[in-house]
Amino acid sequence: MNDLLPLIADKYNYWIYIVLMMLGLYAMIGKNNLVKKIIGMNIFQTSIILFYVSIAYKKGGTLPIIMGDAHGGGHAAVHAADYINPLPHCLMLTAIVVSVATLGVALALAIKIYRQYGTLEEDDINHQIRMQAGQ
Amino acid sequence: MTLPIDLAILTLVVISGIGALAVKDLLGASIVFSAYSFLMCLAWASMGAVDVAFTEAAVGAGVSTVFCVAAVFHTTRRTKD
Amino acid sequence: MKFLAMIAVVLTGGLLIFHTGAFPDFGDANSPANTYLSPYYLENGQADTHAPNVVTSVLADYRGYDTMFETTVVFAAGLACFFLLRRKQKPGDTPRMYRHLPTGVTLHIKEGGTLPAEDSAVFRRLDSEFVPHQIIIKNTCRIVIPFIQIFALYVVAHGHYSPGGGFQGGVLLAASFILYAISHDLRRAIRRFPEKVAALFGSMGVLIYAGTGVLCLLFGANFLNYEALAPLLGVSPVMARSHGILIVEIGVAFAVMAVIIWIYYNLSSAGKHDEGL
Repeated sequence: MNDLLPLIADKYNYWIYIVLMMLGLYAMIGKNNLVKKIIGMNIFQTSIILFYVSIAYKKGGTLPIIMGDAHGGGHAAVHAADYINPLPHCLMLTAIVVSVATLGVALALAIKIYRQYGTLEEDDINHQIRMQAGQ
Repeated sequence: MTLPIDLAILTLVVISGIGALAVKDLLGASIVFSAYSFLMCLAWASMGAVDVAFTEAAVGAGVSTVFCVAAVFHTTRRTKD
Repeated sequence: MKFLAMIAVVLTGGLLIFHTGAFPDFGDANSPANTYLSPYYLENGQADTHAPNVVTSVLADYRGYDTMFETTVVFAAGLACFFLLRRKQKPGDTPRMYRHLPTGVTLHIKEGGTLPAEDSAVFRRLDSEFVPHQIIIKNTCRIVIPFIQIFALYVVAHGHYSPGGGFQGGVLLAASFILYAISHDLRRAIRRFPEKVAALFGSMGVLIYAGTGVLCLLFGANFLNYEALAPLLGVSPVMARSHGILIVEIGVAFAVMAVIIWIYYNLSSAGKHDEGL
């Protein structure tokens, strides 16, 4: 058990990110309801963010806020290995806010489709479109 | 963080993600999705990404749930799958 | 379709999991992602920008161009929601509920009926799904909202030293307005923060960000190189970068706040801006 846990912990984050990504992909392809598809899209996005945050982590590193005298000029040299990698964090921070904006647009489209067809189920919408085309 | 609690949080994330897609009620799905976002935020905070976790706590668990509920309020709660 | 989706997902997932062995171990400090660019940011971030929170200095200074277009994307999403959903509504189109305050009688005015004046002292407009006893919710929100807003301003202003910044502060400000709209009603929130103001604030936030960059150009430096603002602000170049980050974060906070409130107005009332969640 003591040997197994570090072995799992080394790759566990990557497995989870792949499982979540596939969960989102499955929902986007296979689910019939539009809101379920949108939730699947968001799960996909968060899984990518989980991947980026996982590769940024360093064992024994602390938060990427430089310690020491914040207001004085003369501070000691900073060792990069002591701090977690900040670059993926700031890439993902903007991605989260953009994801809520795209969620808003996607839900607006869903409301618009519901207003037009009276349903959120994809096969019903396809059926109605085919009926209209046939007439 | 190689503590088992980190692995437990990630496992819960997967379970709540499956739950959000499996619930046969869109309002319930939005609420479970909010729980998913919050658990994800905990996982990121434990990995040291405090800025990302802060944003996710405000955006994912707060605002996007309100958006989902608003959309469900104007459409329908029923779903076939 | 479900079967096909399952096959695609299992195949892709299996391939990806099979190749996780090639990934660097979790927490490896010498992995490629942690060795090339980020040590520079960590070692020189504070000396260059006087901001201990490296995430903020990377976000708004080193990669400011990136963040500017992210803000533009957020604003464009707000516009897209507006164009998709918004529709004008004439008064009298839909049935409305009014309460006659002196007697407590609720009137249901059908389509085409005469409506009382908007600012009538005798009649008060009710939502069609009106829930009577919400005094606890209203008062709790009234107490909590100012604290949320002060915390949001703190998060924006203190982004250099602690987790936070324009994005988080803007979202918190927007959340306080959404809380107001949920606890009271949507029309009152729209009277406090009208749609036009939301559009104006959103574009103003993007303008503050891009304008700072153009100002740097006018002073003869590269786009978004805040060191050029040092003579204007009257501080050293390092402090000018610190102040530049703050200015830009304020722009981001304006844009994000206005856009999220705007999307909420459009989504929660399905574009009518009349009765909402």
